[in-house]
Amino acid sequence: MTLSTQQLVELSRRIRIHVLRMTSRGGSAHVGAGFSIADILATLYGNVMRHDPKNPRWADRDRFVLSKGHAGAAVYATLAEVGYFPTEQLQLHYQDGSIFSGHVSHKGVAGVELSTGSLGHGLGVGVGMAKALKLAGKAARVFVLLSDGECDEGSIWEAALFARHHELDNLVALVDYNKIQSLAPVAETLGLEPFRAKWESFGWSACEVNGHDHLDLQRALAAMPVHQGRPSVAIAHTTKGKGVSFMENTVLWHYRTARGDEFDRALAELERS
Amino acid sequence: MRDRFIKTLCSLAENDPRIMLITGDLGFAVLDEYRRRFPLQFINAGVAEQNMTLVATGMALEGHIVFTYSIGNFPTLRCLEMIRNDAAYHGANVKVVSIGGGFSYGPLGISHHATEDLAIMRSLPDVTCVSPTGLQEVEEATRAIASHPGTCFLRLDKDPGVDGPTRSEFLLGRPRVVRQGRDVAFIVTGGILSEVVKAAGELERQGVSSSIYAVHTLKPFDPTEIIAASKTHGAVVTVEEHTVHGGLAGLILESLADAQALPGKFLRIGLESCFSSVVGSQGFLRTAYRMDAAAIAARTTKLLGS
Repeated sequence: MTLSTQQLVELSRRIRIHVLRMTSRGGSAHVGAGFSIADILATLYGNVMRHDPKNPRWADRDRFVLSKGHAGAAVYATLAEVGYFPTEQLQLHYQDGSIFSGHVSHKGVAGVELSTGSLGHGLGVGVGMAKALKLAGKAARVFVLLSDGECDEGSIWEAALFARHHELDNLVALVDYNKIQSLAPVAETLGLEPFRAKWESFGWSACEVNGHDHLDLQRALAAMPVHQGRPSVAIAHTTKGKGVSFMENTVLWHYRTARGDEFDRALAELERS
Repeated sequence: MRDRFIKTLCSLAENDPRIMLITGDLGFAVLDEYRRRFPLQFINAGVAEQNMTLVATGMALEGHIVFTYSIGNFPTLRCLEMIRNDAAYHGANVKVVSIGGGFSYGPLGISHHATEDLAIMRSLPDVTCVSPTGLQEVEEATRAIASHPGTCFLRLDKDPGVDGPTRSEFLLGRPRVVRQGRDVAFIVTGGILSEVVKAAGELERQGVSSSIYAVHTLKPFDPTEIIAASKTHGAVVTVEEHTVHGGLAGLILESLADAQALPGKFLRIGLESCFSSVVGSQGFLRTAYRMDAAAIAARTTKLLGS
């Protein structure tokens, strides 16, 4: 799949509209987290990863792990948009009896590699996948999308140590650095800065990108691995709630569900964009 | 039990390149032969059990059969959520191996006493829980979990337990009869079977005839024989080097209660709900907590006379 920048913008917009509808219908949280990663997901599935929606278990596919499982709605929306299953199924998100849980789940959902929801798990599993792919001599890469707050977890740094030690240059971590976590800004909770230097001090090749600029993302991800024998991390500067003016950069929209007038205004903004 | 496990794993690894052993930086000298012979099937994950379990899951999802290896509670409680959410929920071929069940590392202190692990691990869905009672069973169990799909827990003891001479075929979930008697049925898991066999000998000298059932698998569990034993013996005693809450005793009581087959007399031998701050070898602590052969015999005699 190779999409033009305009097509990526359109895909991202559709992902956001799905996420808005899904979270509103289900009364679920994390709309802001979904908006934050929509452009990253569009770029990965649109232009970066080797994958085949008609053959989700293709042995040579690139693997994608959403470690910040609370943004699962955005992954379901992306998978549906690129052809893993019909977009109509997204209506089942967060509904009684559905397989589309609030935190991403793989059971019965084509294209989801790993169920997550408790933070700090995805990178380690991605590391294991990358190690196995290396041993098997496969060229496939493993992409793991983390949240910034998730980097409070010690297990992330255990995985970071392991990945460098084992020279997993087929591993790419992306951090959705929107700088807002559950209760307050990251800087007021457990500051991560100097964030890039932390990754580099763990032996990773690190770069910083605009997480809403498809070209910037594409350029950075296409260039990875930057250094042979080193895992790569792209620290994506993002805006929580990106795409809806009153949701942007607020802690509130980590949890709040858009309903009534708020839903209408949000949808109108996304449809205009 | 540890050495027999490693020996068996070597034999498995030789014939199956999918076998992988990941240690959490433990196994000094013990793992040397395995490392030397199978360098591509060995990883030392460092002192990072959470990541060890996550990496194991990732590799298992890519087709490996991964044994994670550490001691005491490190490969289980330390990374419990990884076993639950990642390994078990995904049906990943991760085989969690803990060396040092119960008081195996007694003198090292409570951090190294694995006395709640069976209760906790057997509560997890889709996790097979195996606790061999003898060296032969260690080999059989290791082979069985390697070929059994999904996440498994193998709890190994310092005490080699007892290899029964007339054992039946090893089947995951099916208890084995070690000794057939009449008055009381002992139901045992782990190496502490050695104490129970001694206790049974002592009771026999006193005129008490006992049966012994070795429960090498706590999950899955086929209760058929235990239910029959409860009905024919009238007195049942569970013995485990583990808390008496939720482990073997819990399993047996649940199984008997579900079948409306609770015996007239029942005794749980194991660690009462407490932490042991007493320093001592496995044998010393068994005596201190009234689960050595003499205590088992005495407590059983008291139960039968009550």
